[in-house]
Amino acid sequence: MSSTLTVAPAPAAKEEQPRIVEAPKRHTGLKLLVVLAVWAVGYFLFHDRDTLARPFVQLNGLDRWFNHIRDVIQAAGQTNWFWHGVVGNFSDFVNSVIGWLQQLFSQPAAGRPVPQVGWLGVLAILGWIAYAMAGLRSAILVLVGTLLFGVLGYWGDSVDMLIVTLLSVLVSMAVGIPVGIAMARRRWVSTVVTPILDAMQTMPSFAYIPFFFVVFGPGATCAIMLTVVYSIPPLVRITEHGLRSVAAGTVEAAGSLGVTRGQLLRKVQLPMARRTIVLGINQCSLAALAMAVIAALINGPGLGPDVLAGLTNLDVGQGAVPGLLIVVVAIMLDRTTTAASERSEQHSRGERRMSRRANRIVLGAGLVVVAAAIYFSHFYIQAAQFPSALDVGSQLADGINQVTNTVVNAIDTLTLAFKNVISYGFLNPLQGLLADTPWWLMAPVLLAISWVLGGLRPLLITLVCEGVIFGVGLWNDTMITLTTTVVATVLVMIVALVLGVWTGRSRRADAVIRPILDGFQTIPPFVYLVPALALFGASRFTAIVAALAYAAPISVKLVADGIRGVSPATVEAARASGITSWQMIRKVQLPMSRSSIALAANQGLLYVLSMVVIGGMVGAGSLGYIVYSGFTQYNLLGKGLAAGIALTALGILLDRSARAVADRSGT
Amino acid sequence: MSAPTIEPGAVRTGSAVEPALRVDSLWKIFGNRADKVIGTEDANLTRKQLQEKTGCVMAVKDVSFEVAPGEVFVVMGLSGSGKSTLVRCLTRLIEPTAGSVVMNGEDVTAADEGRLRELRRRHAAMVFQHFGLLPHRSVRDNISFGLEVRGTGRAERRKRAQDMVDLVGLSGYELSYPDQLSGGMQQRVGLARALAGDPDLLLFDEPFSALDPLIRRDMQNEVIRLHHEVGKTMVFITHDLAEALKLGDRILIMRDGEVVQVGTPDEVVGAPADDYVKDFVSDVPKSHVLTLRWVMRPAREGEADGAPALPADTIVREAARSVLAAEGPVRVIEDDRVVGVVDDEDILRVVVAEEH
Repeated sequence: MSSTLTVAPAPAAKEEQPRIVEAPKRHTGLKLLVVLAVWAVGYFLFHDRDTLARPFVQLNGLDRWFNHIRDVIQAAGQTNWFWHGVVGNFSDFVNSVIGWLQQLFSQPAAGRPVPQVGWLGVLAILGWIAYAMAGLRSAILVLVGTLLFGVLGYWGDSVDMLIVTLLSVLVSMAVGIPVGIAMARRRWVSTVVTPILDAMQTMPSFAYIPFFFVVFGPGATCAIMLTVVYSIPPLVRITEHGLRSVAAGTVEAAGSLGVTRGQLLRKVQLPMARRTIVLGINQCSLAALAMAVIAALINGPGLGPDVLAGLTNLDVGQGAVPGLLIVVVAIMLDRTTTAASERSEQHSRGERRMSRRANRIVLGAGLVVVAAAIYFSHFYIQAAQFPSALDVGSQLADGINQVTNTVVNAIDTLTLAFKNVISYGFLNPLQGLLADTPWWLMAPVLLAISWVLGGLRPLLITLVCEGVIFGVGLWNDTMITLTTTVVATVLVMIVALVLGVWTGRSRRADAVIRPILDGFQTIPPFVYLVPALALFGASRFTAIVAALAYAAPISVKLVADGIRGVSPATVEAARASGITSWQMIRKVQLPMSRSSIALAANQGLLYVLSMVVIGGMVGAGSLGYIVYSGFTQYNLLGKGLAAGIALTALGILLDRSARAVADRSGT
Repeated sequence: MSAPTIEPGAVRTGSAVEPALRVDSLWKIFGNRADKVIGTEDANLTRKQLQEKTGCVMAVKDVSFEVAPGEVFVVMGLSGSGKSTLVRCLTRLIEPTAGSVVMNGEDVTAADEGRLRELRRRHAAMVFQHFGLLPHRSVRDNISFGLEVRGTGRAERRKRAQDMVDLVGLSGYELSYPDQLSGGMQQRVGLARALAGDPDLLLFDEPFSALDPLIRRDMQNEVIRLHHEVGKTMVFITHDLAEALKLGDRILIMRDGEVVQVGTPDEVVGAPADDYVKDFVSDVPKSHVLTLRWVMRPAREGEADGAPALPADTIVREAARSVLAAEGPVRVIEDDRVVGVVDDEDILRVVVAEEH
């Protein structure tokens, strides 16, 4: 029997329908508007009252107590079992290691006008290491870079910089890689260590320098400890990530063949994660260099003090030459470790240029050359002391000063206009709002904002952080720092959105812009201050421009990745429905990369904060300057420590709130 | 058509031989306190209800079956039916929540860590959907990886790997790396790696799902050939019914973690256990799967005496020509006994029914 009209029978195997939970409506915009209105009205009624502003040199009880602690520790350093026996001896040990290395490679050794190994020997050693790690191209780059040390007249300081950086990287590797492995293999280790790493990475570097300064005192040990602490988190994280992201299917397949845990690590996970771990070493060494430069503030050896001298004398040329050399060191480190990472990838696929045997012979021959170079550089003055005839550093500094003067004068009106527009249109009103509103109004306003944007958790974190900031008595200074940070972050995000959308949509733009961003990212933050200073002199604005230059690359990249990450199928479908490019950006690409944009803002914020703080030294004032003054003025150390604490609180407050917003937009 | 009363599968899993694999009320529930679910009322809830009530996800629910030595046993189900979890429970790559797995008389579920490792190294090897090859090792070193981890010497490893390379038809590619090979070739490496350790039991987890249809057919034929050559017991997971019917001596059909039906290919097609299976097999060309046993009718007194005879397990398609050529009905025999007859009408009903 059949009829012409049949109703399709319900399928026997009905697909199970998922459970759907509806999200509640939030009215974020409206709530935010109400908060802003209350804030504005409050400001007009009560401004300049109860701002908690405090003269720079005025100390409060806490500051004096910190000073007292410092004195107690210094006194205990002579006798106490811990401060003398443990910390003191450890300091002496590290100092003597550094001293020994310096006498070997960079500074005059005992009884000699020159180090044991002169420039020719150092050159040969570095070239050989680069060749062994990363191949011929990196070796040539390192040789040229190392020659520049001498040519620009900073041989000793540059080699010192390398000693401190490389020693820190070695220590970081010795500690960080095993920790990363343990985290990847044992969940509880990861649970314990991850929050510690979070804290270490959220804190602006400036915030913990005072603590190390109090414990270790100024000098090489303090520099090494700071550098290790600063450079270890990325290595640990990337090592863990590398091991964890070994394809689960491969690990399972190995498991099905009956590997032990040790075999899994040695034969599967480590070989497959090798490239990632070497990339971790890359990040670690760039971070180490960045910190080793900042360690100039606590008399760390290297090129940092030379840049610092230029900055404090407001002499652009004097700062630019060592700054340039720091960039040279950064490029050397970055290129060598990147090439090493690429090479380990090729090796793991069996694509070798040379056979293992041939490679060994070349390395062996190289060692003979290195030995000869060391011999000559030990016994002959020409090979020991870099020929001063070649030194063009001071001419270069003069040249830079001249060019800078000419350029700055030429574009003076332009930079001034930019500075004024931002200052009067944006910076001053916002600073008024944040810093001149009474604290008893400002605190609830911040709480309300974090609640509206993030929810209960950020609210609680904000409350605790506000408590800390209030408690150390630096409310007004913190609000000023916050102003500078917010303004710079807004600028960063404008740049990030424009450039990020552009590079995300156009392959050609990406090919041009990305290498530039990569270059910017290898430069240690401290160095950015030099050109910013040249353009804008000592002012708040210098820090903002330096922060823009420092933070924009990471944010641009994140936005671009987000735009590029939008599913091609969706883009194609949208194009098929006939939308314009502008509609595509506004209605498809930006909304779909919302979580990347939130992440870009979060990262940008943290980068900006750390730069704004460093910029305190060249006119941005407030918290950064207080920390800096703690190192230079004996009496202000306590206040510097307090500023470090306030900075940490501010960093956590901003990071957690931004992260909560990012999490929300991700869902 | 009526279901016959005899069960062809029962002959092969008779208790005379120790089964290669015996799975007894195996459960796997993901989630906290999953073991508290079994034995309570909650165990009878549907997946969705259970998840709403306890947050636990039921992956495998009270599954039991036996696999005879040398048998190809196919587990079939749609994605999410729990079949991949089931096969991982067999060597405890996923730890089962309850139940037992006995392999060649040894209780896998009771084995300690060392014993379990030994079992994976020597007795059961697995082939994975996404191959799971080591990108930093050559084809040869991938194949000999299992031997390496159990401590076989280098010379023997190389020799064995070379034999396996030849067996799966990869000669000439020993020193290539996985990412230089096509998908089909990579899976041949996976197959060779599993065979290298000379296991008693081969487990396949949707091994050909990621391959193109033509390559898939080649690989299926490869498995049939290897099964003839090495005669291993195989448990084969798939979501592809055609593949299941082609390879399986017996097929287990899973749905939402439960066994819906276990039977030979002709049983599954001829007598689907419920509407779910019926829906599943509705597109299968029945004449390619059903045997004469499924289409014959009882012989009337004296009917077809002296007519040509065909064995009862002849596939309908293969019998069609002889039956249609014969004058009258054809006798169907089993164990030298006439069990029924088929005529043109019976054959055509099956063949023509596919046109609809």
